[in-house]
Amino acid sequence: MTQEVTGTAPEKLVAVPVRHYGRWVGALVVVGLFGWLVSAFGNADIHYHVTRDYLFEHVILVGVWHTIEISVLSQLLGIGLGVLAAVMRQSGNPVIGSIGWFYVWLFRGTPLLLQIILWFNLAAIFPTLSIPGVWHADTNVFITPFMAALLGLGINEGAYMAEIVRAGIGSVDNGQTEASHALGMTQGLTMRRIVLPQAMRVIIPPTGNEFINMLKSSALVNAAQYTEVFRVSQTEAGKNLELIPMLFVAAIWYLVLTSVFSVGQYYLERRFARGAQRELPATPVRRLLALIGKPPRT
Amino acid sequence: MTTPMVKAERVHKYFGKLEVLKGIDLEVQPGEVCCLLGPSGSGKSTFLRCINHLEKITAGRLSVDGELVGYRQQGDKLYELREKETAAKRAEIGMVFQRFNLFPHMTALGNVIEAPTKVRRTSKAQAVQDAKALLERVGLADKVDSYPAQLSGGQQQRVAIARALAMKPKLMLFDEPTSALDPELVGEVLDVMRGLAKDGMTMVVVTHEMAFARDVGDTVVFMDGGVVVEKGDPNQVIDNPQHPRTKAFLGKVL
Repeated sequence: MTQEVTGTAPEKLVAVPVRHYGRWVGALVVVGLFGWLVSAFGNADIHYHVTRDYLFEHVILVGVWHTIEISVLSQLLGIGLGVLAAVMRQSGNPVIGSIGWFYVWLFRGTPLLLQIILWFNLAAIFPTLSIPGVWHADTNVFITPFMAALLGLGINEGAYMAEIVRAGIGSVDNGQTEASHALGMTQGLTMRRIVLPQAMRVIIPPTGNEFINMLKSSALVNAAQYTEVFRVSQTEAGKNLELIPMLFVAAIWYLVLTSVFSVGQYYLERRFARGAQRELPATPVRRLLALIGKPPRT
Repeated sequence: MTTPMVKAERVHKYFGKLEVLKGIDLEVQPGEVCCLLGPSGSGKSTFLRCINHLEKITAGRLSVDGELVGYRQQGDKLYELREKETAAKRAEIGMVFQRFNLFPHMTALGNVIEAPTKVRRTSKAQAVQDAKALLERVGLADKVDSYPAQLSGGQQQRVAIARALAMKPKLMLFDEPTSALDPELVGEVLDVMRGLAKDGMTMVVVTHEMAFARDVGDTVVFMDGGVVVEKGDPNQVIDNPQHPRTKAFLGKVL
């Protein structure tokens, strides 16, 4: 028996959708609270025109650039050290393994701000730095604010990256290592050619998160007199005595930077989630387009 | 008399307190195909993994082609081999795994040329030429640029065999090579192995494929509880088992 084919489309199902009264109440409360906050800020004695005037001031823009620069370089240093420390901890050699463990223990266990100040005052411990016969420098000359910032942020970041890389290495099936060993590959070769490339899938998304954290943590290198955006905004506030408006200048720039890199992070994670989920959720852009009724581009 | 390719004397293996190999004596001659049969947990896979030192033996002597596995003997003292020396010895022994263990981030070709170029330092051009010939031999000439995820289980296992053969091994170890495959894909892998046996490759095969063991095996070894229960000619062991344990096992699987 075959089903009868009708010419008309099936009658559309009509039903009263579930009413979400709670959402309306919640939205009203949120709007009310927001209005109260805005009025509080608006009525406060803050010279907002100062914020506006300084936002694109040359010194501020240079500070923003320095923030990006020190964050990117520190993150790169952190990734390098993190991979190194993670691989060291996997090593069968107990001396090398202990060094990796000690590094993570020390730099993850002390405050970043403390580390930055210590790097900046390295001359108190090592008045001169030298590689005998190759290189020699006065510590106070070598440790510029930039170097102190880079070492402080990068070496601290390396300790956190080490844990992320270690998780990534752990996520690779042990059969991969066995197959490599069976082919006569040494541990080092196996790590470099087989395990790390596969671990990247797990390592990259949290690294994006770390970088966004880094953008904000870079404000701490203020302590090493490095002229990133937070420091320059504070220096300017010292001159014009407008502390709060100048804090807003820095806050706006941090939000801009983290927003831009969050978008990058979002797409990076999406890319590395491929294969793990059957269907990826729509991107915010597509959802927005759908909301205003435009057909999404595919 | 020729040197046996594999020679095990009173090989014991403990995992912690658990004794999984309880004194294995076994010889595999060059060119021989030796099939290891037995219930799971009988120690056959463990024994196979001892042959290329993926597992260390606890007691006894195990040698491949006249050389101890994992150790060097001077006088009556044993010295553990360095990692590089062990790796160099493993390079001479091919291994095929139950779950293929192909490198998922490399194409079929990439999988096959990896060890020749990185371990043997063969030139890339030469390695690619050899790899293509090997992939053709296992019937995958058209899958050279496919990634493992794009291949069926049977195709993946054939790439894995080509990958092992690329190192020109003197001995091939197969650890239940068809156990993870759909029944209809088993045949294509067994055919490749049959071809290898015909070309004179020395093979140690852990398998549950009785027909393969009977047709291709020169000797069949039945293991249970960490010991060799019975070994000999396939027709004798499979069709006319003497030991009650062998009879019981074969009665269930045949």
